[in-house]
Amino acid sequence: MAATTVAPSAKAPARPVMQRGRAHRPGRLRRRAADNLTGYAFLVGGVLCFAFFSWYPMVREFIMSFQRTRRGVTTWVGWDNYVRVWHDPAFTAAWKNTIEFTLLALVLGYALPFLIAVLLNEFRHARGYLRVLVYIPVMLPPASGLFLFKYAYDPGNGVFNEVLRALHLPTSQWVQSEAMTIPSLVIASTWLNMGSAVLIYLAALQNVPGELYEAAELDGAGLLRRIWHVTVPQTRLILSLMFLLQIVATMQLFIEPFILAGGSGVQNHAESIVYLIYQHAFSFNHDLNGAAALGVMLMLVLLVFSGLYTWLSPKQD
Amino acid sequence: MSARHYRKVAAVALATTVGLGLAACGSSSGNAAASAGGKTTIVVDCAPLKTDNGGKTLQQWNADVAAFEKIHPDVVIRSISVGAQCDNPPDFTARLQGGTQADVFYGYMTDLNQVLDADQAADITKYVNKDTVPNWDQITDVAKSAFTEDGKIYAVPFYSYTMGLVYNKKLFTQAGLDPSKPPATWQDVRTAAKAIAALGNGIVGYQDYSAQNTGGWHFTAELYARGGADVSADGKTATVNTPQAQAVLQTLHDMRFVDNSMGAKQLLGWADLLNNAGGGKVGMYIGAPDTVQSIVNQFKGSYADWAMAPMPGDNGPAQATLGGGNGYFFKKGDTPAQIKAGLEWLSFEELTPGQGQFNYVAQKAEGLPVGLPLSQLFTVGSATGKQIDTLAQQNTNLTLTDYAPYVNNPVKAIIEPPNAQAIYAVLDGPMGAVLTQPNANITQLLSDANTKIQTILSQGS
Repeated sequence: MAATTVAPSAKAPARPVMQRGRAHRPGRLRRRAADNLTGYAFLVGGVLCFAFFSWYPMVREFIMSFQRTRRGVTTWVGWDNYVRVWHDPAFTAAWKNTIEFTLLALVLGYALPFLIAVLLNEFRHARGYLRVLVYIPVMLPPASGLFLFKYAYDPGNGVFNEVLRALHLPTSQWVQSEAMTIPSLVIASTWLNMGSAVLIYLAALQNVPGELYEAAELDGAGLLRRIWHVTVPQTRLILSLMFLLQIVATMQLFIEPFILAGGSGVQNHAESIVYLIYQHAFSFNHDLNGAAALGVMLMLVLLVFSGLYTWLSPKQD
Repeated sequence: MSARHYRKVAAVALATTVGLGLAACGSSSGNAAASAGGKTTIVVDCAPLKTDNGGKTLQQWNADVAAFEKIHPDVVIRSISVGAQCDNPPDFTARLQGGTQADVFYGYMTDLNQVLDADQAADITKYVNKDTVPNWDQITDVAKSAFTEDGKIYAVPFYSYTMGLVYNKKLFTQAGLDPSKPPATWQDVRTAAKAIAALGNGIVGYQDYSAQNTGGWHFTAELYARGGADVSADGKTATVNTPQAQAVLQTLHDMRFVDNSMGAKQLLGWADLLNNAGGGKVGMYIGAPDTVQSIVNQFKGSYADWAMAPMPGDNGPAQATLGGGNGYFFKKGDTPAQIKAGLEWLSFEELTPGQGQFNYVAQKAEGLPVGLPLSQLFTVGSATGKQIDTLAQQNTNLTLTDYAPYVNNPVKAIIEPPNAQAIYAVLDGPMGAVLTQPNANITQLLSDANTKIQTILSQGS
């Protein structure tokens, strides 16, 4: 009996609450939507831009990678495009060079800006002037900067070889040499791009509490120990994120080989995956389906790193 | 602004943004206006740029349009030209994929395949006749076949070239060579190159490409000259591992490293070589007559310095040379009236002696060179060809004898192989290797290239 009397009374208060909720929800939603209308209005432009110019092309690329268009007729071909680009004579070289460039760019293009930032952070005078100096190459259009390097890399009378000659050192064929092609691309790329990374590192360094350095100094730590035990741990998250962004950016290598090495270099020593995509799309009988397959492959590789980036990002908050 | 009013503005902005976005996705052209007011309108691309020859070339084009519309009052020509759209293949591919090309659009002879794959060309076979294109029968078969598939015509050729040896008369003279006796064989080229390179001051005797697929393009031309080919006649077998191909690479390698007549800087693309030539640093190169125009117009060279000879051969005249050219396609969906109007316009502007591209009187008055053997569009000895030659001789402002060896010794033209760009990309490799590596293993390079080309042929693209 107790159960029958208790049960209705236990449920009783719940019903009016639910009814009240149902009765008021549309009004509240409408009011909330109205309140946020301005926000939605501002958002819609950005969403449309992303939808049209980023998300739709990505979906389209994925679909196209399983299709073949010939004489205006598009058919589903399964994995054929992937198999075909896999057999492209430059496929292996393109991946090898892209990975080699990425690794070397990590050593040079990732570590160097951090070291420069640490050094700049140590300067008490002319810090602003030095920052501008480091950032200037970023303001230069990449093509212009690379054309400067193209002249500097001239194996005949380029600036670099002239300097080496003046120092009585052996000269190099630079982008015309098998061994020096990728390092030459990395040097140019680092010079062009490191300004932004330096500024980001500098901003991170300036957030490191000064008392930590003072404490370290009191404990007798020298410059290197201060960097290792204070700077690196305090900027660990920025360093991790920049590391991943660097990988994602450098794997999309294109303009450096395109301008400095005529695209693929001597016997494909400068061929990159993105240049191979470009070749398939615009040179090899407009093989857009093959280009899409290559694009999907690269996207999958980069997605791994982007996933890591996303995973790391909230931790920074 | 009150909050209510502000929201209203925001809502209008939202609706406008969505509307604009949808409009941007919609079709931007159609044929509704093609025959408005009883007149047929056609959009023709690749009109001269405002910057070409100080705007004079565009002025002449516009005068031609006006003259044509006077003769054909039922036709309206709308001509467009945006940047380097006619010289930049990626732009062309992008326009084809987007379906945004003009009603009558410019393309290379090698573009037929991609135009048909994109399903963007109209079949104009039944419209090409004596009335619309009176001298159609006099156009060379090579040019016509480049725009024909399965008996169907998709474009009207208006320019056709063959490659030859372009040389700098001034450097020849400085090097003690006789510019009226250009090299006829590759051995002659090598000897002359050595003499020119001895001038020093960064001057190279002979220069060649090895980047951005242009290396493979020139390798093919030089292979044709020695009687070889990249692929078999049926297009199914790679044929670059041959003594002829070996000879092509060996000559270049020896000029680069034994004679030191090609300079240290290699991996050159199209503009690099012509830029060097414009600067007076190149004695000879392989090219079509229009490259002389580019040297002058884009790279500040001088017509007075340049001359042309036929493609050098192995032990005598070349067995063949690479040919190519351009034409105008008709967009799929063009109305019959538009196709007819387009054909009449092309006949007027591009195919009639004394008019349009052959209006040498006007070109001379504009200060343009007259007498360059730019086009080998019409068959040798045809009435149209003869008329054009006569007009050129009457109005020339160049020394025609500079081009006489090239004009008077025509070499059989062969057009590009199937999958040309993919094959050229492979052949850039051996070209780059023999021009940058003193110990390049030519036999191995050609063997590897042959295997790669065979892969391309069997895979297709």
